Amino acid sequence: MDISNKQVLRIATAGSVDDGKSTLIGRLLFDTKSVTSDKLLAIEESSRRKGLDYTDLSLLTDGLVAEREQGITIDVAHIYFATKTRKYIIADTPGHIEYTRNMVTGASNADVSLILIDARNGLVEQTRRHLYIAHLLRVPKVLVCVNKMDLVGYNQKRFESIVKEVNALVANASLTGFDISFLPISSLYGENIVDVSKEMPWYSGSSLIEILEATEVKAQQRELPSRFQIQHVIRPKTKNYHDYRGYAGKIASGVFKVGDKVTILPSGAVSEISAIQKYTTTLNEAVAGESVSVLLKDDVGASRGDMLVKEGGLNFGSEVISEICWMDSNPLIAGKTYKLQHGVSESRVKILGLNHKINTDSLLVESGISAFQLNDIGEVVLKSSKPVLADSYEQNRNNGAFILIDEFTNNTVGVGFVA
Amino acid sequence: MNVFDGQFPRELEDESIYIMREVAAQFERPVLLFSGGKDSITLVRLAEKAFYPAKIPFPLLHVDTGHNFPETIAFRDALVEELGLELHVRYVQDSIDKQLAVEESGKYASRNALQTVTLLAAIEEFKFDACIGGARRDEEKARAKERVFSVRDDFGQWDSKKQRPELFDMLNGRINVGENVRVFPISNWTEIDVWNYIREENLEIPSIYYAHQREVFQRDGMIWPNSPFINKDESENIETRTVRFRTVGDMTCTAAVESDADRIERVIEEILSATISERGARIDDKRSEAAMEKRKQYGYF
Repeated sequence: MDISNKQVLRIATAGSVDDGKSTLIGRLLFDTKSVTSDKLLAIEESSRRKGLDYTDLSLLTDGLVAEREQGITIDVAHIYFATKTRKYIIADTPGHIEYTRNMVTGASNADVSLILIDARNGLVEQTRRHLYIAHLLRVPKVLVCVNKMDLVGYNQKRFESIVKEVNALVANASLTGFDISFLPISSLYGENIVDVSKEMPWYSGSSLIEILEATEVKAQQRELPSRFQIQHVIRPKTKNYHDYRGYAGKIASGVFKVGDKVTILPSGAVSEISAIQKYTTTLNEAVAGESVSVLLKDDVGASRGDMLVKEGGLNFGSEVISEICWMDSNPLIAGKTYKLQHGVSESRVKILGLNHKINTDSLLVESGISAFQLNDIGEVVLKSSKPVLADSYEQNRNNGAFILIDEFTNNTVGVGFVA
Repeated sequence: MNVFDGQFPRELEDESIYIMREVAAQFERPVLLFSGGKDSITLVRLAEKAFYPAKIPFPLLHVDTGHNFPETIAFRDALVEELGLELHVRYVQDSIDKQLAVEESGKYASRNALQTVTLLAAIEEFKFDACIGGARRDEEKARAKERVFSVRDDFGQWDSKKQRPELFDMLNGRINVGENVRVFPISNWTEIDVWNYIREENLEIPSIYYAHQREVFQRDGMIWPNSPFINKDESENIETRTVRFRTVGDMTCTAAVESDADRIERVIEEILSATISERGARIDDKRSEAAMEKRKQYGYF
């Protein structure tokens, strides 16, 4: 992979309606000079119409008409900005319990989860949910921004007591394996956003942008066992490429090299990589995240959904225990069948049983559950019509998740994280 | 090393190629909507890469308003010829002749909104189940929430409240009878990403993207290209200026910018220092703040 090219960092933001999330994002756009003058002019006008005596930067992100009317963010909005070295993609989601599914969606691709806390209110119900979701999704880095520091007189003690409160929660709920850091900010005044704040000399850390620029997450995926799911088989059937059979797909994790011995799952057939191609370029190796075509020495008859793995294998079966976040207004119930999509591979599944549910407010486990309602998170056991070639999500984020699809409406109704 | 090198984030291309391959695998009759603009040119390159050395396994569809820049049409035909692609063209004029659409009148008349009628008719005619488009989420606020696979009903309507969640990179293109999917492989690209890609890939683009001499007139603080399709006031004087276009829409709704950027590096420099956003030069968006969202509800791309 050409690592000299600009890299992408994906951020998920979640926050309560009033803790200034949209203002923070507006501030990031404004301070990185990602706002053009016509857009700025438009929000200056809107701010004036609303009778504000300042430019409401949050208007840069609140997209849909209904939302502008209600003054809240409903869906997942994608926002883009860039610095000299990086491109950033923010998935901005609302923080209310009824938008849990949106938060999970936003966090699913995130390298960094940005959690906002209003310095005046400290830890609230939504903070617990955001932390839980960041942990459930195994977002590699969590950044807790204590916002509105201007409204508490940039008080160090206030900041520190919130840090303590969050750390205690993380410990009590055993949300282990977190890379979590804290910073005090004021998005309204831009304190600790791009430059380190002069208002808070007691804070010795970096600014938000400095932290984001230094966050390195991609390398981890290359260290994991190698997984390559076949997405599409390229067979040109032209004179020049008569017997050509290219297995096209995006590498989920690890590294594949020409000459590597590979096992094709679920058949268990064994072959060797004879070539790796990316358009007209022939590569010696390809790594996690790259879309390539792999050619094998033997005709193994592999097709869409099959998976190439290297030594170190994959334990897979047809019975799967998984955490589920339910995203549909029709409840999930035991005995019902759905379609399961793991990567690009589809099977039919039956829900054998519901083990328990997590209360995302108290973070306590509730058992004796008969159904999952919209936005519920809990553990299920399911049986699949064919093997699910997934790793444990905790060990391999790129090969451990699946979605559930309603067989009648075709809607995506849930997401699962294999135990 | 050149300052322009390495500016395109390569993982965006990997993501887009993955989406192209999902379209080929999940749908029976996909089509790539081709306007001749830089975004759809980028899509064609991505499709080439996704299926190489096989041919692109779907046709192109151009909804021709009849108000195109002639440079764009010439470019389109040359590209189709060079790559051996299959191209369908459907004309807004035909929809007007069949009285399915009514020409707008007045000074701001454009056929931009009428394209929807012709597009929906073409979807029905060819039974397309997936239409690949070059829309980007950074273009406009309502597009920031658009999915990569966006399910539309029989009327091409988009319901922002009923969108399917998209988790990780898993795409669910399953549809019911009468529905189709709009696919946006470059959702996560910004304008500058597209330009950097065109530069790194050395892609040809229509000449109107580069500075050239053109007859224009001034209206509402914007530079409008002179054409037989536009209704002008007597007070609007035609003059020749050196301009270029940042987007390629119709001659009736695409404003020019004063520019001497005659090659891609200078275009990129200009965009990086520009103070007007790309859609700021689209006259169709100025109609109201919620203009785009309203048009999308009615099946506009």
